[in-house]
Amino acid sequence: MAMLFLASEILGRAGVVDRSYLPPASSITARALELFGDPVFLHGVRVTLTAWALGLLIATAVAVPLGLLLGSVPAVNTAVQAIIEFLRPIPSVALIPLAGLLLGSGLEMEVPLIVYAASWPILFNTMYGLKDVDPVAKETLRSFGFGRGQVLLRVSLRSAAPFIATGVRIAAGVALILAVGTEILSGFGEGLGMFIAQAGAAPDGNLDVLAGTVWAGCIGLIIDTVLVQGENRMFRWHKALRSGAS
Amino acid sequence: MLEITGLGHSYGDHHVLRDVNLTVAEKELVTIVGPSGCGKSTLLRCIAGLIAPTAGSVVLNGTAIDGVPDGLAVVFQDYSRSLMPWLTVRDNVALPLRRRGLGKGERRAEALRALRSVGLEDAAAKYPWQLSGGMQQRVSIARALAYRPSLLLMDEPFGSVDAQTREDLEDLVLRFHRDEGMTILLVTHDIDESVYLGDRVVVLARDPGRIRKELTVTLPPDRDQIATRADPAFVRLRAEVGRLVRGGAADGGAADGGPADHLASE
Ligand SMILES: Nc1ncnc2c1ncn2[C@@H]1O[C@H](COP(=O)(O)OP(=O)(O)O)[C@@H](O)[C@H]1O
Ligand SMILES: [Mg+2]
Repeated sequence: MAMLFLASEILGRAGVVDRSYLPPASSITARALELFGDPVFLHGVRVTLTAWALGLLIATAVAVPLGLLLGSVPAVNTAVQAIIEFLRPIPSVALIPLAGLLLGSGLEMEVPLIVYAASWPILFNTMYGLKDVDPVAKETLRSFGFGRGQVLLRVSLRSAAPFIATGVRIAAGVALILAVGTEILSGFGEGLGMFIAQAGAAPDGNLDVLAGTVWAGCIGLIIDTVLVQGENRMFRWHKALRSGAS
Repeated sequence: MLEITGLGHSYGDHHVLRDVNLTVAEKELVTIVGPSGCGKSTLLRCIAGLIAPTAGSVVLNGTAIDGVPDGLAVVFQDYSRSLMPWLTVRDNVALPLRRRGLGKGERRAEALRALRSVGLEDAAAKYPWQLSGGMQQRVSIARALAYRPSLLLMDEPFGSVDAQTREDLEDLVLRFHRDEGMTILLVTHDIDESVYLGDRVVVLARDPGRIRKELTVTLPPDRDQIATRADPAFVRLRAEVGRLVRGGAADGGAADGGPADHLASE
């Protein structure tokens, strides 16, 4: 990171490459900070983050129950497996033009795409987490007379929670890529991606493109850091068991 | 209260239990001893309704069990895996009390009382994985006792505790048995313990697991760690159980070349 910063600084300043083509890192940083005081830009960031949050929320609300169902009822699992195998290889980004055609622009097309893309890691991690549940823990609750639903909720879900949280964190990254990417590719509307796309189309917009990209990167980094911290705090027991077992 | 008739269980084509017949009266404490791998845990799982036996039936209070019966608690041999690592010790003990319809405050109070009885009140706020094996085992015993089951199944419940704690816990179980009037089936591989705790001792043989002999313990119901173990009747009984577990020559039916060789060949 620091190396990259330094290299770009030296290349830019020394005039090895055209300044407007690859501005020095210090100019990019300055521009990125300047954007922090730009209400229009900030509005765009808010739009993007709204789509991101909404998409991630819906994806979690859909994928976790679906994962619990698929992971605990083998019959449903075999029935749905074929659909999953068909859909999974399609890169979500390839669906952007199709979604644009069908759903127009703005949140109505952005959110469904995010939901679609972000659901996969959550779904698979939920199913994987269920495989890891200790059968003795389940038997224990059954022996005290808890029914299937209660065992699913109080043992399986709790035990799979660290895996699900990791899935959500991966999905958060995917959702951000989709949010910004959709805006860039769809060509109109608002958002951080739109800001980058418009700067890219403008003559002399390279500095804004790079500053916008720095923003996207920082947002992604912050989200990831916050979620990792949250996981560490909430699932201390999981970490303790993992390190103790090995 | 409990009637086991012709019970058999196989895992695939591995016949673990064959033709087990056992009747347990209300408020009786029956201990089950046998070599490891003879099917003791499998037998308890069948009685608990956690697995369906492949032959025979288990009748509890007049109804054949099909699934887990009401008012049951099990202390699992895998005690550490039976505790929820995401719950504190107190919440682990309190969890089954939801089935008793108690409010949160009552559940916690009951849990703390049970933890105190096993000497773990100081560990209430800790997590199971922060405790030693012996302490975890006591937590799982506290959880079962707090539940006040009418039928309590214990699978080698004192395997990981030190000798002193073991004696304390044995007396604790006896006290609960007497005060709460619960029926208890306790699996152990400790011959002394089977006699000390039991109203009756059931000795199992292996390959396939079956009942070798049932012995009624002719000791006064109030047991004492020192006096009871010095009682000539205790000494005689434990010698007999020991012979049955180890040899089986005592019941004269060992046509299989000596069980010691048999065990070693597994
Ligand atoms: N879930 C299982 N699947 C297959 N075999 C099993 C299973 N559980 C136990 N067994 C086998 O059944 C036999 C009896 O096991 P178990 O009931 O645990 O004996 P014990 O508790 O007396 O040591 C052993 O040979 C064991 O390997
Ligand atoms: Mg066992």
